[in-house]
Amino acid sequence: MPPAPDPLALRCENLHRYLGGGEGRVHVLRGVSFAARRGEVCAIVGPSGCGKSTLLYQLGLLDRPDDGQIWINGEQMSGADDGLRTAARSRHVGFVFQFHFLLLEFTALENVMLPMRKLGRLAPAAMEARATELLTAVGLGDKVRRAAAHLSGGEQQRVAVARALANEPSAILADEPTGNLDAKNSDLVFELLTSLARRNGQAVVMVTHNPEMAARCDAVRPMRDGQFIP
Amino acid sequence: MAAASPNLRIALRFLTSRKRAMAMSLTCITLGVGLFVITRATTSGFEGLFIRTMLGTNGAIRIEEKTQDVVGVMQADTGGPQSSNFKISNLEDRKFIHGIEEPELLMAAVRHFQNVTGVAAVLTGSRRVRNSFNEENGQVFGVELDDFLQVSDLGSQIVAGSLQSFRETPMGLLVGQVMANRLKLSPGDTVLIDADDGAVRFRVSAIYETGVNEIDRQRVYLHLAEARSLLRRPTGASLLQINLRDKDRAPADAFFISRTLGYSAISWQQRERSWLEVFRALKLSTLLTVMLFSLIAGIAMFNTLAMIAMEKTREIAILRSMGYTRRDIAAIFLWQASLVLAVGSGLGCLLGVGGTWAIATLPVRIRGIFATDTFIVAWSGWHYVEAVVMAAIMVMLASLLPARRAARLEPGDVIRGSAQ
Repeated sequence: MPPAPDPLALRCENLHRYLGGGEGRVHVLRGVSFAARRGEVCAIVGPSGCGKSTLLYQLGLLDRPDDGQIWINGEQMSGADDGLRTAARSRHVGFVFQFHFLLLEFTALENVMLPMRKLGRLAPAAMEARATELLTAVGLGDKVRRAAAHLSGGEQQRVAVARALANEPSAILADEPTGNLDAKNSDLVFELLTSLARRNGQAVVMVTHNPEMAARCDAVRPMRDGQFIP
Repeated sequence: MAAASPNLRIALRFLTSRKRAMAMSLTCITLGVGLFVITRATTSGFEGLFIRTMLGTNGAIRIEEKTQDVVGVMQADTGGPQSSNFKISNLEDRKFIHGIEEPELLMAAVRHFQNVTGVAAVLTGSRRVRNSFNEENGQVFGVELDDFLQVSDLGSQIVAGSLQSFRETPMGLLVGQVMANRLKLSPGDTVLIDADDGAVRFRVSAIYETGVNEIDRQRVYLHLAEARSLLRRPTGASLLQINLRDKDRAPADAFFISRTLGYSAISWQQRERSWLEVFRALKLSTLLTVMLFSLIAGIAMFNTLAMIAMEKTREIAILRSMGYTRRDIAAIFLWQASLVLAVGSGLGCLLGVGGTWAIATLPVRIRGIFATDTFIVAWSGWHYVEAVVMAAIMVMLASLLPARRAARLEPGDVIRGSAQ
């Protein structure tokens, strides 16, 4: 019988991060500790420049902390080399950014298959089936073969959500995923992201400026000046 | 395509997204490879023809002199108990005696060398050749025809008359094209060759053309027996001309013949050193020129990949966020370079084949050191290999920097918008 998975998809303790150099050096994260539970949607809110996105990139191993510890699925990652961090991103983390960041030369289907191809866990036919299933789940079943460049902004962001879910990651990190969408599409993307993640038992950590959206999350963590505030 | 690696797929898409720049790189590589092949084919073609002409007229090895040690060994006095015991060997201090005293014996000895396919004795001497129109300085070559055909291309150099006629005519003579023109000679005509006590009449059996101006103007072939009589040399020979199975081994064979038989044997590489140096210099200068083409191809490739690396930073960052490693990113760029290189090399080789073929049909009349009426080209697979290797080195070197730059991008920096 396999061991029960860690209820915490990711966790960090006492994270410090400085950005810039010389006189412009800024202490962006000041000893931040945080945990994200599987099946739970957590919103990180706060004014611009308070360190929300920096924290998200630290948790997603896109950036290295100057001090502090990060665990993903119980695995210590803060001291890991680039290869281990990249492999952990591939297996355990899905990203959704404010801008969709799709590869416009590829179709919607191919974009969703990109992380799967890298991980190589599924056979090509199974990858295609899963990508189609995910695109259908986000309401793009009829546009799987359409070039990403020929999709609307809302559709592109839905493809980005499907892509983030492709490798069944433990955690989905979303940096203002609806920041660039109109109200209708914002609602749609938020619903898709949270419902699919909850259904699959994935942790969602979402940075947002939108108080309505934050209010619909399971937990809200306000930040200011590089720290969580009570 | 179904089984293609994700890196290859991405490389292909990135490439096709920049059609114009990629077409430019492709064109440069195609031209680089094609021009390299054409240049190598033309320079090697003329060099090859020169070597074939020289081998076909003067043979792979010639023996013209006997060597004799003047101070072979000098031994010190070893009489007294105090005297030292030493000796001096000086093999370089030699005397050269012109001509071959016992050609038959030497020929028999030379035939024992494994690489030797033919050996012929030649008796030479300078004599005036004249007829009622003109007179010329001639170089008489007395030969046994069958022996000489084994060490030269005389059989294929006949442009008028026939060797059979020469074989059947004791007083027959083979005359070069230039001398024949100057003396207005045709097969069947007669000429006088001066002897010590008058002149001897010979009948022109055939006219040959080697393309080597000096030979075609001066050399006349006679039967060896008639040459002996004309030059008053009843025995011996002036030189032995030797043909080899593997011509490139001539220096080694010449060395062993010299050491073994006590005669000075000169290989064709040593004999034609000046001209071969000219061809080497020519080859070097053309090689430098064609390397410039490859360099331009490399720069074009660098330019294209550098542009892609700059334009695709966000895509690279997003690929890194999905789990693509730095090595994957570098591989995507190297794949792009490899794909353009492969297509460019293929098209370049086709251009090389077409261009070489077209040049080979160009009419160009050259006489002097060889004879040709068309551009001479050499068809060698190695030219294509060299061209592709050269292009590969240039393109891969040019793609390393953009690939490295792309691989080193920090995804967090790019996505945060602080990259570059």
